[in-house]
Amino acid sequence: MVKYTLRRLIQAIPTLFGVSILTYMIMLAAPGGPVQALVAGPRATPQQRQEMAARLGFNDPPYVQYLRWLLGDDWLRWDADGDGIADHSFLIPLDVDGDGEPEPPGENLGVLRGDFGRSFYHGKRQVLDVIKERIPATLELGVSSLVVSLLVGLPIGILAAVNRGGIFDNVTRVTAVVFNAIPVFWLGLMLLLLFGGTGLNLLPMGNQCGAVLLGGCPPIWERIPYLILPTFVIATGGIAGFSRFMRASLLDVSHQDYIRTARAKGLSERIVWFKHGTRNALIPIATFLGPSITGVLSGAAITETIFAWPGLGRMAVEAVTQQNYPVIMAVVLMAAVATILGYLLSDILYALIDPRIRLN
Amino acid sequence: MAAQTTVANLKTNKAEEVKVSPSLLQLAVRRLRRDKLSMAAIIILVTMSLLAYGAPIITKLLGVDPYSIKSASFLPPFSPGHILGTDDLGRDHLARLLYAGQVSLAIGFLAAILSLVIGVTIGLLTGFFGGVVDDIVIWLITTINSVPFFFIVLIIAAVLSPGAETLIIVLGFLGWTGTTRLVRGETLSLREREFVISARAIGATPLRIMFNHILPNLISIILINLAIDIGVIILVEASLSYLGVGVKPPTATWGNMLTGTQSFFKRGPHLVFWPGLLIFLTVLCLYVLGDGLRDAFDPTTVDEG
Repeated sequence: MVKYTLRRLIQAIPTLFGVSILTYMIMLAAPGGPVQALVAGPRATPQQRQEMAARLGFNDPPYVQYLRWLLGDDWLRWDADGDGIADHSFLIPLDVDGDGEPEPPGENLGVLRGDFGRSFYHGKRQVLDVIKERIPATLELGVSSLVVSLLVGLPIGILAAVNRGGIFDNVTRVTAVVFNAIPVFWLGLMLLLLFGGTGLNLLPMGNQCGAVLLGGCPPIWERIPYLILPTFVIATGGIAGFSRFMRASLLDVSHQDYIRTARAKGLSERIVWFKHGTRNALIPIATFLGPSITGVLSGAAITETIFAWPGLGRMAVEAVTQQNYPVIMAVVLMAAVATILGYLLSDILYALIDPRIRLN
Repeated sequence: MAAQTTVANLKTNKAEEVKVSPSLLQLAVRRLRRDKLSMAAIIILVTMSLLAYGAPIITKLLGVDPYSIKSASFLPPFSPGHILGTDDLGRDHLARLLYAGQVSLAIGFLAAILSLVIGVTIGLLTGFFGGVVDDIVIWLITTINSVPFFFIVLIIAAVLSPGAETLIIVLGFLGWTGTTRLVRGETLSLREREFVISARAIGATPLRIMFNHILPNLISIILINLAIDIGVIILVEASLSYLGVGVKPPTATWGNMLTGTQSFFKRGPHLVFWPGLLIFLTVLCLYVLGDGLRDAFDPTTVDEG
């Protein structure tokens, strides 16, 4: 098990490199580049633009930019002016804070050492600090929607399988297709319109708690009313997915020999379905957890934007529209890490639950 | 004499058999035509396309224009001259919905076809030849898939700030991984089958085997995938345009018609309803059709009558 986990983690390294190189290439392909977005729009003089580009290192060759971002700028340092303090490096240091003096080498440690650089906005703070503030809100939403999709989806799937071909099965089948086909942002808008815009005011709208960024929020159980709508919006896809998957899995299991044995022993249908069937049918659900993390992350981007939720998804959308590259790169890499870990976790879970499965 | 009759019988039997045994595709079409839900989906999709592409005629008949801002803004539905009312700038909502349909549908169909062509070609090649290219493609697929699809598209769309045409290319060039995986897997198993071995034995070139012998066996996967992919891409395009990084105004798409509607819930609640409903209806029909195709091509489906 440990060996397998280690191997999978090592296999993830080239994938993460691939992700970082691909995203970096996309960034470099941007017409006008980040300078365009940063300097006061199209009215900036070419000289201002040139200065900005030089200051932030966008004039260096792409591989230098990439390596600096990845490794930091304290590699191969030398002392240029002979005062005994190293002040130049192979990966030219930058003047990110804009005081006219390049930061001494070593200021930027590179992504490999957990330094994602400074955000272009957010008061030019460290990207990692900005992201750290946003994680709790997204985690709250992500975990609650995952829990809701499991708690709603699995029982629906079980009941649909037991009543195969019946009314409940057909109704939930249609509902699942409907949930998959409904545009997430439209669902969010319609719910906002229904609960807030029409003046019903059944649920509190908008920001769950602005102070989440400062850690001064009331405990989660007092904020549940704020969570209901966004959680439901993200969970729709999961409910549809889990219910269909559970139904298929249970029907698959119901043809197994041990189910026939259980029936032959004279056990009641209820025990056969819910004890013998459901337990075994739950095993493959573990493989579905990996993909559902991707689903939750994508859903979070749109849902957090609509509900003004101060999480990572909304920050990603903002960063993209502001062309805030350090933040975009960090979010993409973190999404990749989360996805890879999610898949790994579900594979390991799968093997832990079912001893018949060998991880090789 | 007896022998002759048997031969004659055999002949007539054979003739009948040839007449009644349809191809897999014919069977599927026949089953699909009997599937009421799928037919309803097709009818709705065709109607919507006709309405969208007949927009110039329809708007002319109604005397409205999608870009004219002469009317008052936020007219409610059933206002004189504007059946569905007007938007925040006083443009006719129905006219904009129809023209938006052209863009949304075109992006969905064309991007899905592009990603399908890429996906099937790469899937066939890697599944058939294997080797280093296969390894590289698999690595590429794992890499692309390890970032949520929506994030990649969001970033590329924001960087390129595309029009409709660029968006088609971007979505087409990013959406192929699923199709490739399916086609590659299927090709891997098909290339060991007898008919491929015999084709190889009589000297067919790899290209001929791939496109004349293996590809026809993939028709069901391709069609099912196409229906679902169009739906997925329409959803993605709508989300991007809603967030303001897809197709930009004044060109209307169902997605960007919803941008900013949140700020005028009170004055124009009707503007939130229709664009989303049309996206939903289109995608729903495509998914239902995909499901119907899956059943129609499934050889284990029992044919009644």
